[in-house]
Formats: sequence, structure tokens, C-alpha cells
Amino acid sequence: MMQDNSENQTIDMMLNMGPQHPSTHGVFRMELRIDGEKIIDVKPHIGYLHRGSEKLSEGEQYHQVVTLFDRMDYLANFNNELVYCMAVERLLDIEPSKRTEYIRVILCELNRIASHLLYVGTIGLDAGAMTPALFSFIGRDRIQTLFESISGARMMHNYFKIGGLKEEVPTDFVSMVKGIMPEIRQDIDQAEKLLTFNEIFLSRTKDIGVITADQAIDYGLTGPCLRGSGVNYDVRKSEPYSVYSDFEFDVPVGLDGDCWDRHWVRIKEMDESLKIVEQAINNLPDGDVESSLGRRLIRPSAGEVYVKAENPRGEIGVYIVSDGTDKPYRLKVRPPSFCNLSAIEPLLQDSWIADSVVILGSLDIVLGEVDR
Amino acid sequence: MIGRMLSYQLLCSDLDTGATVRFMSDYFQDAVSTLISLLTLFSFLAVMVLSLVWLERKALGRLQLRLGPTRTGPFGLLQPIADAVKLVLKEDIVPNDAERVIFWVAPIIVVISAFMLWVTIPFTPGIVVENLENMGLFYIGAVGVIGILGLVLAGWGSANKYGVIGGLRAAAQLISYEIPLIMVLISVAIVTQTFNLVDIVNLQSPVPFVLVLPLGFVLFFVAGLAEVGRTPFDIYFAESEIVGGPFVEYSGAHWAVFFLSEYINTFAIATLTVLLFLGGWSGPFLPSIVWLLIKIYAVILLIFWIRGTLPRLRIDQLMAFAWKVMVPLSFYLVVCCSVYVFYEMPWWALTVMSLFGLLAVGVIIYRYITAPARKVAEVRERLRSLQMTQEE
Repeated sequence: MMQDNSENQTIDMMLNMGPQHPSTHGVFRMELRIDGEKIIDVKPHIGYLHRGSEKLSEGEQYHQVVTLFDRMDYLANFNNELVYCMAVERLLDIEPSKRTEYIRVILCELNRIASHLLYVGTIGLDAGAMTPALFSFIGRDRIQTLFESISGARMMHNYFKIGGLKEEVPTDFVSMVKGIMPEIRQDIDQAEKLLTFNEIFLSRTKDIGVITADQAIDYGLTGPCLRGSGVNYDVRKSEPYSVYSDFEFDVPVGLDGDCWDRHWVRIKEMDESLKIVEQAINNLPDGDVESSLGRRLIRPSAGEVYVKAENPRGEIGVYIVSDGTDKPYRLKVRPPSFCNLSAIEPLLQDSWIADSVVILGSLDIVLGEVDR
Repeated sequence: MIGRMLSYQLLCSDLDTGATVRFMSDYFQDAVSTLISLLTLFSFLAVMVLSLVWLERKALGRLQLRLGPTRTGPFGLLQPIADAVKLVLKEDIVPNDAERVIFWVAPIIVVISAFMLWVTIPFTPGIVVENLENMGLFYIGAVGVIGILGLVLAGWGSANKYGVIGGLRAAAQLISYEIPLIMVLISVAIVTQTFNLVDIVNLQSPVPFVLVLPLGFVLFFVAGLAEVGRTPFDIYFAESEIVGGPFVEYSGAHWAVFFLSEYINTFAIATLTVLLFLGGWSGPFLPSIVWLLIKIYAVILLIFWIRGTLPRLRIDQLMAFAWKVMVPLSFYLVVCCSVYVFYEMPWWALTVMSLFGLLAVGVIIYRYITAPARKVAEVRERLRSLQMTQEE
């Protein structure tokens, strides 16, 4: 930086962004090589939030691992619990009751909305608008209050059990969900209207951070990042799990694969999630949510299983190897944020410093899941 | 101010009696009175800054469905004082690698330039530190630029890469937007044929200049926003990108000084907008100082409203906006004003010319800015046709 410029040479500057930086969404660190305001090269560094969840779960009984999954993608706790519970259920070859499945889907979709609402707020902050963040937290707060009345916790619920739920939902669950639905719709509108078609926001996100469909598939992007590039791939549609085949919903797809398309896909996804919640709450079957396993220790027979599901951030996969004991022999998670983040290098090349935070924001990573 | 007026009278009596020799006591009196008026100005500005801090927090809070400060005093009125006490009591950290002298001098340069601007700004014809009769506008244009130096030095001196980027951004941005700002000052001076701010306000008594020079008003307000680094032009301390830019290493009282100068500058730009375009202190019934403050706070609320609504531009978009839109428009305005003065046209002719410029170029800007939006619309159309073909 402070070199002798006697020959009028310009040299690149290394700019360290993170792990303490307001816009790296946690403790992500980028080493940027910049020429003026342009980014030449980027070197991502991860691992600042590594807690060894995968290794830890080898020492826990199957029931206890749910807690660790809560803490991976801490913005989509229910979705994470669901995929783990589904994996162990397949390993044990049991089926939860229909009511359990419906309640799980309702909670997962509400959680998806809450997660996307937070995304709307953070992309606004990254682009320099502070108001959408505060608007979007109103809707998110409504959903979290609902979660609190159901599971007792606003974030780390630990509510899904293998083969069932921890306990029956409150008696006014249906009326509560129906009550907040129109309010959430309003909140979504309020949060995104200030942003989505704002001219400055468009000029900041349209044609920025473009990734083509082929490239996106090569890098293993999933979720809104993949669909923003125009690939119609949603695990809920292509390989329906749980009871998703019962519901009618569309998969919104972008065209250009830029930041704005990813944004738009997420906005549209919230509407689709509301549709699913509406159908599920209207057809909520009666029955028992108690797990058929009771409180017994589980000892699945030796074998392995891979289950995938659609998280707000993309496709999450859980691979469990069982050796017949009460603890998983090996547990591996395919985190969507980690795979989405791998595309940061080509995305940031030849962009502006200001764009780097917007592009990172549009990938919508959660470091808890990247590092596990 | 009282001291100033007193000394003015003394000076006049001196001149009346034809005394050409002034004694040391006169100079002493002059110095004391200037000191008193400067102290009055300082305390007035400090009170204004405190009120602005409170107003900004409260107004932004209401815009964002929050309450803003409520715990400190009635309506949180004492919040700015609590903030100030906190900032002053905080540890003042100087980075090891910092250029100590530059690091310490930079905030002083910034705040002094902010204060110097105020020396010639009149609140009413009587209340002013020193109304520079032949060079008021010139002085404002000249002194306003000094603050840039402080920002660049702050960025460089703190030996932080974010600071350096921020300082250079500040230099690029402020110098670019200084040109349309000064061009608007020049066109106002051409129309009024004076640099004297009091005269400029008095000339607006039937028709405020916002009607005569609507283009000038818009240019001045936008360039002013950029000049004080307000959203959507808060690029040089962009919180989410370069973490505060030149201020990143400052803490405690030093940071408070930057903060102070930022608010003083905001207040100055609002005041100048009112003085140059909104008729200054003129208005019915109420005392003139009340009218001035009402107008200033209206403009400031507009600035806060914009801050609560818009995202931030990118540096290249910002520079393109300055050099491709603002600068040509301001040159056009100067030409319009010259033509108006040369042919002695009625004032509405200038309005028409100014509006024409605003509209004709406005359409071009609009098309330029909305290009992404139109692309989105086109994309949606394509998407819809795609879905329809799929359904068939």
C-alpha cells in the first residue's frame, strides 16, 4: 500500500474482510485482492464457527442429536430437525403419524418464511437500506412468538422427535396459525415493497453476481441460488418427502441468475410457503403425535441412510452410518450454505467492493451451517 | 451577537466622529465581541446538533415502526446528552501504526471547516457573526471544500485500509459534487447580482427562488446530500462495506468531533437550501427566526426521511451520476440564468427554462436509472409467456 511509486506502478492491495465485519453474516472471512475499488481475486476463509457438530453427534444417543441440528442452520431450526428425524426414521423403518407430518410441514414452512424475512432485512442492510430490516423483523417476530408458544423456545426448539413430536401442540394452534397468516402476508409485503422494485436497489442487484445455470449446477448450488439461475429444482417437488406431495404449490424460478433474481425467488417462495401452510392447516388431521418408540433407547440395525430435504437455503442432506449401537457411527451433513458459498470466488471476480457484500448477502449463508 | 452589535455601534460612532486612529482598547473590544459572538454561535450550533441527534433518532424510529429513545427524560429528550457523555468518557484509542499528528489533526480540520462555514450564514438580517457583504456565497463555496482534506487525512492517518478507501472515496465524491453545488451558487448569484446572503433572501420576498429556479433547488439539495454524505450518498463511510471509512479507527471524543461536524454540515446544507431557495426567514405572523427554523427543520426531516427509505448507491454509479447528470445540468442552469439576466426577461421565463431542463434531462435520467426496472419487466413478460407455453 505505502510503497515507493517512483516508477508510477500500481500494486494490488490486500483487503481483509472479516471475521469481524458487519456484512459477512457472522464470522466469514474474505481475503480480497483489490485494484482500487475493483476486486481482482478473493480467498474465502471459513472455520471460525466450527463446533464439530458431526463428531459430537457420534458421542450422543440418537434422540440427543436433534439438539445439535438445531444449532447448525440456526435460522431454520425446524427444517434441520425434520431432515435428521426423517433420516433416523428411515434407518429404523418407522413412519410418524399423519398429524405429526402435517404439523412438521406447517412449522417448517413458517420457519422458511421467517428465514427468508431475515434475508430480506439483511440484503437491505448490505445494500445500505436500514428500514427493511426492521420491517421484516416484525413478521419474523410474529412467527417466533408462535414457535415459542408451541415449543417453549424462540430459536432452538428441540421439538421434533424421532417418530413424532415432543408433545401435542396447544389447543388453539389452528386458530393461532390462521390468525397470523394474513398478518404475515402483510408483513412480507411491507418488508419487501420498499426494496424489491426500488430503482437504486435494482441498479445495485440486477446484473450483479451473475451465475449461469451450468455454472450453478457445477458448483453444486441449491435452493434459491440455483433456482435464481433458472433451474427448476426443488426437493419438495422432484423427490417429495414427508407429506409435501399432498400440497399444491409452485416453484418460482428466476432467469438471469443475478442477485436480484435470487432475491425475487425468495420473495415468491414466501408466498408459496404461505400457500402450503394454508392447505396444511385447513386439512390438519386428528390423531396422535406421540412417537411409536416411546422413550426407549434406539438401536437401529447396522446400515446407512442418506436423506435430503429442501431447507430455506437449499438442499440439505444427512448421511448416517449405524453400527447397531445407540449412537450413530458416523454422521455427515451436506450443508446447503457451504456448497452455495463455494461459488463466491467466481462471483466476486471483477466486481466492486460494494458488490461483494451484496453478492454474499444474496447467497444468504449461515455460518453455523457452513462450519458446523 | 450582542457584543458584535455593540462593537458595530462603537465602530460606527468612531467613523461618524471621523476618528481615523483606533486605540488598542478598540481592537481589544473588537476581539472580545467577536469571541462572544463565536461562543454564542458555538453554543447555538451545539444545541442544534443535540436537537438534530434527537430528531433523527426519533424520526427514524417512527419511520421504522419503533419508538426511538424513550428512557432518558420526557420523550427521550436527554438522549443526545447521554450519548455525548458516553462518547467523551470513552477511552480514546490511537492505533499503534497511526500517524499520530495526522490522526489528531484530522478531526480538528473537519470540525473547523464545518464551523467556518457558519460565520457568514445569517439567521435574520441582525443575527449573524459577520455578514460578508461582497463575498458571502464565495466564502461558503471556498470554505466548504476544506473538510475533504480532514477526511482524507483521517483515512490515511489511521493506517487502516478501510480508512484509506473511505478517505479516497470521500475525496472523489465530495470534489465531484462540489462542482454542481458551486454552479448552483453561481447561478443564484447571477440572478440576484449579489453575493450577499441577506440581500439574496430579501430579493425572494414576493417569489421564493424554488419557483424561479426549480432545477437549481433540486441540484442543490441532491448535491448537498452528497456533500454531507447522507443516504443514498453515504458511500465514504458505508457501514456495511468499509465499516465507517475514515472514522473506522476513531473512538471516544475524536469520533464525537466527526459526528458533531457531520451534523453541523447537515444543518448548514439545510439552512443554505432555505436561504437560497425557500425564502429564508420571510413569512407571515411569526417572528423571522421562527420561520427560518421551521423551514430548516422541514428540510432536515426530508433528509431523514430519505435516509429511512433508500438504499445506497455504488461508487461508480455515484460518480457517473455526478459527472453525467449533475454537472451538465448545473452548467445548463448557469446558461439559463445568464440568458435571463442578459435579455431582462420576466422571472417566470427562468422558471420555464429551468423546468424544461429539469424535465428534458429528467426523462433521460429516469430512463437511465430505470433501465434495470424495465429489464425486470421484460424478464417477467418472458417468464409469463414461458409459463403459458408450458401450460399449453
